[in-house]
Formats: sequence, C-alpha cells, structure tokens
Amino acid sequence: MQPVRIAENIYWVGGIDWDLRNFHGYLTQRGSTYNAYLVIDEKIALLDTVKHYLFDEMIERISSIVDPSKIDYIVSNHVEMDHSGSLPMLKKIAPKAGIITSPNGQKGLERHFKEGWDYRAVKSGEVLALGKRNLHFVLTPMVHWPDNMVSYMPEEKILFSNDAFGQHIATSERFDHEYHLEIIIEEAKKYYANIVLPYSEQVKKALAAASELDIATIAPSHGIIWQKNIADIIANYRTWSNNGTQKKALIVYDTMWKSTEKIAHAIQSAFELGGYNTRMLNLQHNHISDIMTEVIDAEFICVGSPTLNNNMMPNVAAFLTYLKGLAPKGRKALAFGSYGWGGQSIGQIDEVLKSCGFEVLDGIKVNYVPGSDELKNITEKIGEML
Amino acid sequence: MKKYVCSVCGYIYDPQAGDPDNGVKPGTAFKDLPADWVCPVCGVEKDSFEPQED
Ligand SMILES: [Fe+2]
Ligand SMILES: [Fe+2]
Ligand SMILES: [Fe+2]
Repeated sequence: MQPVRIAENIYWVGGIDWDLRNFHGYLTQRGSTYNAYLVIDEKIALLDTVKHYLFDEMIERISSIVDPSKIDYIVSNHVEMDHSGSLPMLKKIAPKAGIITSPNGQKGLERHFKEGWDYRAVKSGEVLALGKRNLHFVLTPMVHWPDNMVSYMPEEKILFSNDAFGQHIATSERFDHEYHLEIIIEEAKKYYANIVLPYSEQVKKALAAASELDIATIAPSHGIIWQKNIADIIANYRTWSNNGTQKKALIVYDTMWKSTEKIAHAIQSAFELGGYNTRMLNLQHNHISDIMTEVIDAEFICVGSPTLNNNMMPNVAAFLTYLKGLAPKGRKALAFGSYGWGGQSIGQIDEVLKSCGFEVLDGIKVNYVPGSDELKNITEKIGEML
Repeated sequence: MKKYVCSVCGYIYDPQAGDPDNGVKPGTAFKDLPADWVCPVCGVEKDSFEPQED
C-alpha cells in the first residue's frame, strides 16, 4: 500500500477497488479507484477521500508519509460517498482538520453526516493558502451534482478535477503514459456517457473555465491521472459535450420468439447499405451502461420490443428510462417490434423516443412473424428514409 | 423582466429566452411559468429559484 508521488510533496493516497463490478447500476468490468491526494506544505491538506471500506488502505498510504492526525484541511470537492464516505472515520483520527467544500457541499455533507464539523464553504475564486502552494477553487455545479467543485494548484499546474475526466479502471499504474491510452479513453467515454452526459452544457462552461488555466496534470477522482494526453481527453470532452455523432446506427431490442430480432436484422441491412456502422444490441446480452457508451456518438437509435401483456418488455423499458435520463441530444430514432394482438409496445417506444426530443421516423410494426418479402420491404422503406 | 437563479445548480431562467425545449415561449415571466415547470438542468421545482441580484 504505497503512495505515489505526483509532484514534490504531493502524493496519490487513494484506494484501489479491484473487485468493483457494479457502481450503482453502471457495470464497472475493470473495477475502479477512488483517488485522494495529499499535499504536504506548511499546512497539510487532503483532497477528497475514498469509499468507506477502503479507508484503512488510504490511511496506510498517508501514514507512510505523515501522521494523519496532522492533517489541517480536508478538501471535499464532491459529496458523493465514493469520495466523502471516509470523512467520519478520518475526522476521528484528524479531529482538528477543517473541511473545505462548496456551499452545496456543506449542505450535502450535513445531510449525510449529522456532525457539527468545522466547515469552510468556499465560492469560485477563493484560495486556500498552504504555504508555498495554494489551492484555487472553482465551483462546477451539476458536473455532476450541485456540490461539485474542482481545485487548481497554479504552482504545480495540477487540476484536481474530481469526477470530471475520471474513468472506472483499477490499476497500480497511476499515469496515462504507463497504461493503454485506448482503454483509458474508452473508459472515460463510458464514464461520460453514464454519469456526465445530461450535464453537457455545464461541461462546456467548465471546459471554457479550464481553458484559461495552465494545466500540466489533471488528477481526477477515479482511475488514471492525465499528463501526456491532456489534449486528447479535453478534445474528447469537447466532442462529447457537443453531442458530436458519427454515421453509426444502434439497433437495441429484446425479443421473445425471434420475430423482433428478424426485424432488427432487416433494419440493420438498411443502415449497412446506407454506409452506416451498425451495432446489434440485444438487451438480454448487453448491459444498458455498455449500450450508453455506444449511444454517445451514434446518429441513429432504433429501439425494438415485442408486445408482452399490452406493454413493451421490461428490459426495453429500463433502457428507455435510462436513455431518457441521460438525455443525449440531436439524435434520430425509430421504434419497431412484432406483436400477436394489441401491439401497444411500438407506440409506447415511439412516445418515449419523441419525449427525448429525437427526430423519430415512422415505426415498424409486424403481426406475429415477418415473411421474407415483409423484411425486404422494411429494409427498402428505411433505406429510402436515410 | 427579472431573471431567476436556481439555488441548487446555478441555472439562470431568462424570461427573454424562455425555455423553448420545455414548451416555454420566449417572453414568459418567471411568475407565469406553469406550476409543474422544473429547472431544466437539475429538476428542482420553482420554489428553489431566487430573483437574480443585480
Ligand atoms: Fe460523483
Ligand atoms: Fe465519483
Ligand atoms: Fe437547477
């Protein structure tokens, strides 16, 4: 349990969650880390903490550098319990440490921990002097909670960005030059798609504020620290926050007796012929959090379900609820499905897609089993609309 | 017409712009927003808004 040096007297002292596979419903196949950072100066500051069950790991890392009871300030950039969950245990060890957080951060922490701690609520532009180095705070509300803020240390050009630019990856490597860039970007994309996407307008403001800073290190609260590839991750955040899409069509569906699946393939053919990249995403085999990673740059989202008990299938409803909440903008969509009688599912899907603000093409509805001519017609009809 | 600020997320409701994405026409005063209107960013209700100080 060693700390990792980031700069002179600045260390990563977080926790590695090798076993994490589900982060409130988001599949984290690569695990995660909760990154806490220790700054030793005339004053000692800890930026963020770790999930409660990794507290001992964090303390072991801190203790190899300094006695944790000597911590003067704990900066809480974000209330969420993956970063603040260790506060009560830490405050027992470091009772004199003041908690620096945003005004909404103080409100949130007080609702989580009913303790009369010594808080200092800071606004954007406030500075905490540590000695030779200073922390400048910038509030970034709704990236991705109301309390979020980031801390910037101009002397070392480090942006402690909390959840922004993070990725759920458990590794012993801490820096981007030590690990596979494609995997880091892919996990940053999944993180953006599942956590940050609804707040793209706020991200744009945060990126504009960040562009005024001289940044050599982005130290997020999850995963790998950015140094070598800062331009890449910033460029990607710019694209994702602008809802930049590619010529890509997703066909997301559930099926009972393979009729809806046949329609799905007929739709895929139309997109193939139209020069689109396609993804067949059967909801029985693909998790909604993985599908969101594909949604982020997809121009078309086709959603299919047979009608079951006068409704769409529950997997499809779950996907649509998740999609609507994460609110990608400027997409095109299409509802499809097979039915025996009633056939309500297609209209229900169509309605949700419209409520997402998507441009929705005419839906496709087939009674029981589609014949080969019907499938050919579906491909042709969609081809004409592309 | 006065602008209103969301006390939770900082979103500013500008009556001149309205909130067309959610069916509110430009030129709608804050007090004339429908009762079920919520902050388009964070989803809190109208009573979480405060008039913007000049
Ligand atoms: Fe968070
Ligand atoms: Fe987090
Ligand atoms: Fe708000």
